[in-house]
Amino acid sequence: MLAKRIIPCLDIKDGQTVKGTNFVNLRHAGDPIELGKSYSEQGADELVYLDITASHEGRKTFTELVGKIALEINIPFTVGGGINELKDVERLLNAGADKVSINSAAIRNPQLIDEIARHFGSQVCVVAIDAKQTEKGWYCYLNGGRVETDRNLFEWAKEANERGAGEILFTSMNHDGVKNGFADDALRQLADTLTIPVIASGGAGKKEHFRDTFINGHSDAALAASVFHFGEIPIPELKQYLKAEGISVRI
Amino acid sequence: MNVAIVKYNAGNIFSVINAVKRLGIEPILTDDAALLRSADKVIFPGQGEANTTMNYLRERNLDQVICSLSQPVLGICIGMQLMCKHSEEYDTDCLGIFDAEVKRFMPQRHEDKVPQMGWNTIEQCSSPLFTGFDKPEFVYFIHSYYVPLTPDCTIATTNYIHPYSAALHKGNFYATQFHPEKSGKVGERILKNFLEL
Repeated sequence: MLAKRIIPCLDIKDGQTVKGTNFVNLRHAGDPIELGKSYSEQGADELVYLDITASHEGRKTFTELVGKIALEINIPFTVGGGINELKDVERLLNAGADKVSINSAAIRNPQLIDEIARHFGSQVCVVAIDAKQTEKGWYCYLNGGRVETDRNLFEWAKEANERGAGEILFTSMNHDGVKNGFADDALRQLADTLTIPVIASGGAGKKEHFRDTFINGHSDAALAASVFHFGEIPIPELKQYLKAEGISVRI
Repeated sequence: MNVAIVKYNAGNIFSVINAVKRLGIEPILTDDAALLRSADKVIFPGQGEANTTMNYLRERNLDQVICSLSQPVLGICIGMQLMCKHSEEYDTDCLGIFDAEVKRFMPQRHEDKVPQMGWNTIEQCSSPLFTGFDKPEFVYFIHSYYVPLTPDCTIATTNYIHPYSAALHKGNFYATQFHPEKSGKVGERILKNFLEL
């Protein structure tokens, strides 16, 4: 049976792993390659490396680091941050990344999704969406949550799916860093409408939150950062718990 | 040991090079017939689409070269599918090493997303490729097309939507639908087992 995936996310700034709370207040959390290897040994199913400042500062991502990661890590990994055009994707895939995650660039130029799918296959194209729920509903944000758009979360996710995205990585800005659980209602609506896997992101604080997003949110995978980086939830313990709760996980 | 990796227009070949390097062997990436024939082991990896990759192989005569190899050969993912007789993907005639038809997943429920992406278990493993495994192990899959169970060739099964072939074997040819190069320690052991054949 296909397993639900647990994905630690390593936010990278200047070659180091950091994690923000509500997208600010960065805290140092270690060497990206050592941390990745350690997660892989503990049973992480995939890794995501995000160059968090790339989009904001318009800086190109960390190809060299990606090459080193690819040499050392024996599970799939996705890279994102600052990917604006097809040649950024090609450079990162050639460096050894398995998938790329595009966010702001996809909203600005949705055609990029079609191009990635056509040139490299849908399986490499993760469309990351940062969205916030207000009284108007769920709306997408650009540049790491700094710029509001008029794109509705569900409409944009559906369009990305139809254009050839391989997965949707949805981060709820309301839930991110708050450690009070994932945005399971919105996730469920996404998972039940889209034909591609949905990765839950933002809000993991305890083991039960992972169970809830798999059962109630219908998520295919769950991503988290600080609860893993600071050892608050050890991955082996999390997986044993999920297995005991009847969820298919890789142990 | 001399390990050659078939160079062609498929994606994800770097991952296989890195995985072989992690086992302490420096592989060569080549489309040269003589180098492929003289290697101790040949890996035919990749991710991609059947028609474009098959055309590329034919244009360079690599189809003939691969079929004529006599040392152990390991096909991975699209490599395995290209080693079958025919693929539904753009109605493509393939190499015909395995007498099998590659079919597209047809979802039965909303949860059956295509491609299958992630970790799934392999069972009924009956080959030296799987030496050291005594229970179902998880390996990493990404694919939209599959090879049905084939009595003469299937050496491991898995289940997504329905049971199908996770690995095939015939003579000196071995193949896995999953990516051993991305399957953690289990995948590493499978690659090591292949290199020790």
